[in-house]
Amino acid sequence: MSKRVGVEVSIACADAVGLCDVDVVAAYPITPQTHIVEHLSELVAEGHLDAEFVPVESEHSAMSACIGSAAAGARTFTSTSSQGYALMSEICYIASSLRLPMVMAVANRAISAPISIWNDHADLMFARDVGWIQLIGEYGQEVVDLIPIAFRIGEDKRVLLPVQVNLDGFTLSHVIEPIIMPEKAEIQKFLPPYKPQLRLDPENPVTMGPVGMPEVYTEARKAQDEALNNSKAVIQEVFDEFGKQFGRQYKLVETYKTEDAETIIFSMGSISQTAMSAVDHMRSQGKKVGVVRLRVFRPFPAKELFDAIKGAKNLVILDRVTAFNGGEISAPVALEIKSVLFDRKHHPKVGNFLVGLGGRDVTVQNFEEMVEKVAAAKDGELGPYQFINVRE
Amino acid sequence: MAKETGIVSWKQLNLGIAITDPGNASQLKTGDWRAMRPVTDREKCTKCGQCYVYCPDMVYTKDAEGYYVQNYYWCKGCGICAKECPVDAITMIMEEVD
Ligand code: SF4
Ligand code: SF4
Repeated sequence: MSKRVGVEVSIACADAVGLCDVDVVAAYPITPQTHIVEHLSELVAEGHLDAEFVPVESEHSAMSACIGSAAAGARTFTSTSSQGYALMSEICYIASSLRLPMVMAVANRAISAPISIWNDHADLMFARDVGWIQLIGEYGQEVVDLIPIAFRIGEDKRVLLPVQVNLDGFTLSHVIEPIIMPEKAEIQKFLPPYKPQLRLDPENPVTMGPVGMPEVYTEARKAQDEALNNSKAVIQEVFDEFGKQFGRQYKLVETYKTEDAETIIFSMGSISQTAMSAVDHMRSQGKKVGVVRLRVFRPFPAKELFDAIKGAKNLVILDRVTAFNGGEISAPVALEIKSVLFDRKHHPKVGNFLVGLGGRDVTVQNFEEMVEKVAAAKDGELGPYQFINVRE
Repeated sequence: MAKETGIVSWKQLNLGIAITDPGNASQLKTGDWRAMRPVTDREKCTKCGQCYVYCPDMVYTKDAEGYYVQNYYWCKGCGICAKECPVDAITMIMEEVD
């Protein structure tokens, strides 16, 4: 029986990678992801983990090495953040287009300038379009559980895509939490050895990543699009399998006190824990408020999200990134949710708030303020988005 | 000539459009790109083989008489052979619209 131990989430994340029998880790350290990579290099150096650790000279090289490794059929892991992700991004598109499963932990951090090592979702947002599956952990246990889950989803024959596990930098990556570390044998039962469908093999030569002439590019993109679309069902299936085996059940969309909620707060990541505290406080004052969080941002679970929010009159949608879109439309998360609502001819009052940028704290009071703002607003008063906690 | 590549349904593509039959570049009909066609004047040709050497697409093969013959399945009409021929035996002529 596994027991709960107090451990830093980054260390636990690296240990979970170790439990998954990875073959290759290629990564470059960047705050706040550093402890994950450092600990993995320790595990390899001290002989606890039988894997190749490739200490590359940049994130661009890290992802390039990971692609080579995954193409050779090895179970592959890397990790990054923010600017590192930006440097890596050119190659990230290729990993998904070549349909190479691998797992990357992203310790979410703001993007410069000004230089900020602190947490927001700027990297998570720009990585929306690289064709990877994006999973989001809210607290330590989830991060640990999502690592084997991510490998199993990505390696599933019906998916074959790379998977990101997002965890908030510092507010999650650097906290010490009581975590149940699964037994190795249990993980091996859950995650069978990786059997690649196609791999680099001198006996059976293949070309990966050839030129796609105009005659084939559209078809290649359609095939990749289908793969990501179809992954949604597999993700829920793997969550269910994990739940059955380990007793911790995850869903594409997680809800908290939403059944009778008039106002629903929509958030992602560790900030949701504060949102739930705020809901408890507001509920104690008789206000009908709930929280909805996405566990999976790509593929975007529109149907499940709509079912979770359709009963509410007011929506408070958090975006943890500056949109730079001209100010006449909402920030990315709200834009996507509005598209879900539009397609279903549903028109609740929507307030879109930019919060928690570059490590700025978001308090229970901030949540109450946002809920009040939306409840009190008349039609059209809320605008496309507004900053919270900005000094005038 | 081999089947032209790439003209298939998205459902039939290999994973990540990997190429699993090595060397299939020879099936790619680069001749489709051609606007002008090189034609050799055998009266002038000295059979020196420069066109064979310079052609970037291995279009030329030597025939029984020692002349170099173009394969228009691959010839993309770049004109390098006509430029390099030391006796100006190759003329680029406009392809007919059909
Ligand atoms: S035109 Fe270009 S491709 Fe065609 S035969 Fe001459 S050199 Fe080769
Ligand atoms: S380069 Fe000119 S002369 Fe030489 S073989 Fe070719 S066509 Fe003939």
